Amino acid sequence: MANSDVPTLEVRNLQTHFFTRAGVVKAVDDVSFAVRPGEILGLVGESGSGKTVTGFSILGLVDEPGRVVDGEMLYKGENLVNASDERMRQLRGNNIAMIFQDPMMTLNPVLRIDTQMIEAIQAHENVSRAEAWERSRAALQQVGIPAAEERLKSYPHQFSGGMRQRVAIAIALLNKPDLIVADEPTTALDVTIQGQILYEVQKLCEETGTAMIWITHDLSVVAGLADEICVMYAGRVVEHGSVDAVLDNPTHPYTHGLINSVPSRNKRGQPLSQIPGMTPSLLNLPPGCPFKTRCPRVGPDCEVTPEITHPVVGRDVRCHYPVPAGEDAARAGATASPEVTA
Amino acid sequence: MTVFIIRRLMQAALVVLVMSFLVFSGVFLVGDPTEILVADDADQAERAAIIESLGLDKPFHVQYLRFLTKAAQGNLGDSFVFNEPALPLILDRLPATMELAVAALLIAVVFGIPLGVIAGLKPEAAYSKVIMSGSILGFSLPTFWVGIMLILLFSVQLGWLPSTGRGDEITYVLGFPTSLLTLDGWSHVLLPAVNLALFKLSAVTRLSRAGTREVVHQDYVKFARAKGLTDQRVIFVHVLKNILIPVVTVLGLEFGGLVAFSVVTETIFAWPGIGKLLIDSIGLLDRPVIVAYLMIIVLLFVFLNLLVDICYSLLDPRVRLQDIKA
Repeated sequence: MANSDVPTLEVRNLQTHFFTRAGVVKAVDDVSFAVRPGEILGLVGESGSGKTVTGFSILGLVDEPGRVVDGEMLYKGENLVNASDERMRQLRGNNIAMIFQDPMMTLNPVLRIDTQMIEAIQAHENVSRAEAWERSRAALQQVGIPAAEERLKSYPHQFSGGMRQRVAIAIALLNKPDLIVADEPTTALDVTIQGQILYEVQKLCEETGTAMIWITHDLSVVAGLADEICVMYAGRVVEHGSVDAVLDNPTHPYTHGLINSVPSRNKRGQPLSQIPGMTPSLLNLPPGCPFKTRCPRVGPDCEVTPEITHPVVGRDVRCHYPVPAGEDAARAGATASPEVTA
Repeated sequence: MTVFIIRRLMQAALVVLVMSFLVFSGVFLVGDPTEILVADDADQAERAAIIESLGLDKPFHVQYLRFLTKAAQGNLGDSFVFNEPALPLILDRLPATMELAVAALLIAVVFGIPLGVIAGLKPEAAYSKVIMSGSILGFSLPTFWVGIMLILLFSVQLGWLPSTGRGDEITYVLGFPTSLLTLDGWSHVLLPAVNLALFKLSAVTRLSRAGTREVVHQDYVKFARAKGLTDQRVIFVHVLKNILIPVVTVLGLEFGGLVAFSVVTETIFAWPGIGKLLIDSIGLLDRPVIVAYLMIIVLLFVFLNLLVDICYSLLDPRVRLQDIKA
């Protein structure tokens, strides 16, 4: 594995805004994180929190009227924000790959699987069709698709959803990228298929040292998969730390609410707690903390946008009134000992 | 596939039969051709003789049955005016119309699809708005007026292109006469083809634009870009193949329309095709020619529909011909 002190990708103060007729939508507003080789970063948040746009920003795939307006994205030290279109094309699919949310929609319905795989290789390397075909076959086998030779001749509609997502993952793996951005790739799948894919992804990252950004709203997936977690709310990272520490000991009231919203056996019979209200519209967001209207710990300081603080070692939190460690009656078995990790 | 084609042919036969009845009775009701065919100074006996020789003295159902019996043997009757069998009369002129229709179709496809894709990729750009405004003009300007304007500009004012006819340099390919193999032939076919193509060109442009706008926002296009494909590859392979399906449908049906309704263009440019023959025959109430013409057009439409369905299955792997209801 490469020197794990150099992050594969470091995002600093990323801002991606959409300039719509109704006004500027700050979909990603000052987001920072880093992933190192072999590490999995979980990017968690509700719909509309800006996690997918963050993923697209990294690949330079933000569509009009959206634009990365500020910040840095350093891929092995190279700033992607300033990269030319051609340079971004060379990196996409070759060094940085992406897996999409809906496997039913990501493969072109009128092209055969072999066409869609071979073109992904030939876009980056000058190899013969036969060699590209052989690599495609190997990639399909790697993600557990039986009879890969025959399946290569099939069209997407001849695959089930789980199989299609395997194909999409195989395409992402084709050129052995250093970084994979996975946008809720298991959300549309059965739990059993999800389990298989998660296992394979984890194995892959360990074996090849591929860094991964796993975008999801499912905390249980992140709990079992990721090393670090970024919780996003209204375009900002509100809490960032190691997975175990954040999930055992959330300090931001939003993270708290998210964890308490997950049904679990320990809370059987009690009513599920929920976060009241909805994510605010990112269009003309009022000043101050965007979570203030839904927050149980809201106070007078919340009219001012909170800066990042470190209430616990190794933790970034954007909150004026972070939850003190251990103050969580709802979660039985939560440890009160401070976590020092990440 | 075979079952599909056989079933389709049986349906086609039924359609043709129904159409033959509608066409025959329609023409029967339109007017009495004897008024035009019999000379003014003919006496009663001559008149009766002519009517009897044409079989017009029989009641409708007898005439229709006789027509059907003969049609089944490949004889659609003799033209009242030319005194020759109507079918070869039409087939002689069909290549000229086909040539015009094919040229028009080529213009519509070669210019319409790229223009539509360009306008669909950047819908807000000024050139896209120009393209779309142009397509509205193409839709709404009447064919006859555009034809006259084309002649005025390119033949009369500029003198670049001939205004009428098909030219003399006609070559035969596989027994079919064509003027598309010589420069002179092309100079003759260009103006009428552009005139005929204008409407289809607008339709193809708008369809391609709508298709492009829909397809570029699909996940599979974004995924194709995420694979690092070049823009050319994304547009020419991933986008284009998906927008071709509606375009092929419309073109298939419109081609029938091009052949059937090239009447106006052929009249303006004195193009010796079937459209002009039809107009002349209607003027003279030449029933057998009108009926034979309409029957050929029906067959053409049926055939084109079949062709479009087969094209579907080639373009879209999800379509299996058994599933298409005729």
